[in-house]
Amino acid sequence: MTDTKRPIYLDYAATCPVDPRVLEAMLPYFSDRYGNAASRTHVFGWQAEEAVEAARREIATSLNADPKEITFTSGATESNNLAIKGVIEYLAEAGKKHIVTAVTEHKAVLDTCKHLERHGCEVTYLPVAQDGRVTPEQVAAAIRPDTALVSLMIANNETGVLNPVTEIGAACRAAGVLFHTDAVQAFGKIPVDVEAMNIDLASLSAHKLYGPKGVGALYIRRRKPRVRIAPQLHGGGHERGTRSGTLNVPGIVGFGYAAKLAREELASESARILELREHLRRRLVTEIPHAIVNGSLEHRLPGTLNISFAYVEGESLLMGLKDIAVSSGSACTSASLEPSYVLRAMGLDDELAHSSLRITIGRFTTREELDFVADLIQREVARLRDMSPLWEMVQEGIDLRTIEWTPH
Amino acid sequence: MAYSNKVIDHYEHPRNVGSLDKGDASVGTGIVGAPACGDVMKLQIKVENGVITDAKFKTYGCGSAIASSSLVTEWVKGMSVDQAMQIKNSQIAEELSLPPVKIHCSVLAEDAIKAAIRDFQQKQGAAPDPESEPEH
Repeated sequence: MTDTKRPIYLDYAATCPVDPRVLEAMLPYFSDRYGNAASRTHVFGWQAEEAVEAARREIATSLNADPKEITFTSGATESNNLAIKGVIEYLAEAGKKHIVTAVTEHKAVLDTCKHLERHGCEVTYLPVAQDGRVTPEQVAAAIRPDTALVSLMIANNETGVLNPVTEIGAACRAAGVLFHTDAVQAFGKIPVDVEAMNIDLASLSAHKLYGPKGVGALYIRRRKPRVRIAPQLHGGGHERGTRSGTLNVPGIVGFGYAAKLAREELASESARILELREHLRRRLVTEIPHAIVNGSLEHRLPGTLNISFAYVEGESLLMGLKDIAVSSGSACTSASLEPSYVLRAMGLDDELAHSSLRITIGRFTTREELDFVADLIQREVARLRDMSPLWEMVQEGIDLRTIEWTPH
Repeated sequence: MAYSNKVIDHYEHPRNVGSLDKGDASVGTGIVGAPACGDVMKLQIKVENGVITDAKFKTYGCGSAIASSSLVTEWVKGMSVDQAMQIKNSQIAEELSLPPVKIHCSVLAEDAIKAAIRDFQQKQGAAPDPESEPEH
């Protein structure tokens, strides 16, 4: 594919471009300052270590944490694995083998829990309400004497819906149970404060906040309570033995700089992005009939919009939207032929789940782009509805639920 | 996912989108699929003297489903009912170069044409052909 006419990028929840300022900060660590941060015997190693520690401080500051509480990883999938498996392995000997999580969590959490179930753990998968949120009451009710860990995300990757993390953290703290949160989508977009939110472990990823891919971190609380985890990668004892493996110095430098920029610009950027999203949302819901925003609008990341256009199938809509890069909850966009499990868990009818688009707005999105996108979506939805037998039936006053379909 | 040029062509310029009068005795209507599965096809044929003289479709589904139904409406025009009954999903899949994950779209299009023919035959008072039952 050529780069001559690239689509408008509106998939910032999937990944972000590296901010040019971040790239600039990283470059010397590929060429000039290429030392191994674990080399203690020469200046190359010292430079690298210094850069890593500076990045660690930036990330800790962004979380209101201590730098010693930050462990660098290869990304959020590893962080989620390390947090959940690490805690369970450590606490299993004390007979704590129960995990509380939710059905709408990222696969890196859900599949880790499923793996642990095959190894003797018990997992409670909390359902969510129609707004996509888990309540602290649900969490409190699910905690048992043998519960080791509660793992619930701050912001959902598909909908941007925010859980009441502060209250969930408080419920865990009151019950003496550790609280892990997948903070990947939230970090850098909304304030994340591990003290105020009662968080014991938090998974982070650099590439969701304009840093590079392949680097992430796990926040692990050191006091009140001191969280202990069993390492999952063994070797040279890097990261105080929590995660062995030569540190990805350029990646970590980029992560640290990206976290610093996100923190310094958070207030102005999130206000700008929220205004852009609301502009797009208002245009879509007022100009297109039967356009439904999925999940809580009030408790949501500023840049994320998950919206269904009833009676239009998502993949066919994406095909018409080839000039924009967004993702869909439609079955057909995944190999599984199942529509989004997140939207289904929120009680969405299958056809609305099949009709959903996830549009995520970011640092480099402009209002002009969104006006183009709103015009294009409106045109394509109208075209596909003219082609849709469901739309025709609804226009004729037929209730689709009264029809006997032939599932295939 | 890369679509074949033929799928893109049918998606961007679908043939024979629309509806025929389903109350007309010479029109057969087939509706197959389910919204829950992400595919619903409505295919209609108009039959005069045993020959399909017109065909229309409406499809809710992915680009391959739209292309499969669009293609079938092109093919059946001018065919006898018996000829149309012989259309196989494999021919549709081959013509559109559908990948394995999209074969079900061509199956649905075959089912749709058979369902439309069956509806027409029932209207004519003929017993439905048991061979034409959908396989799933």
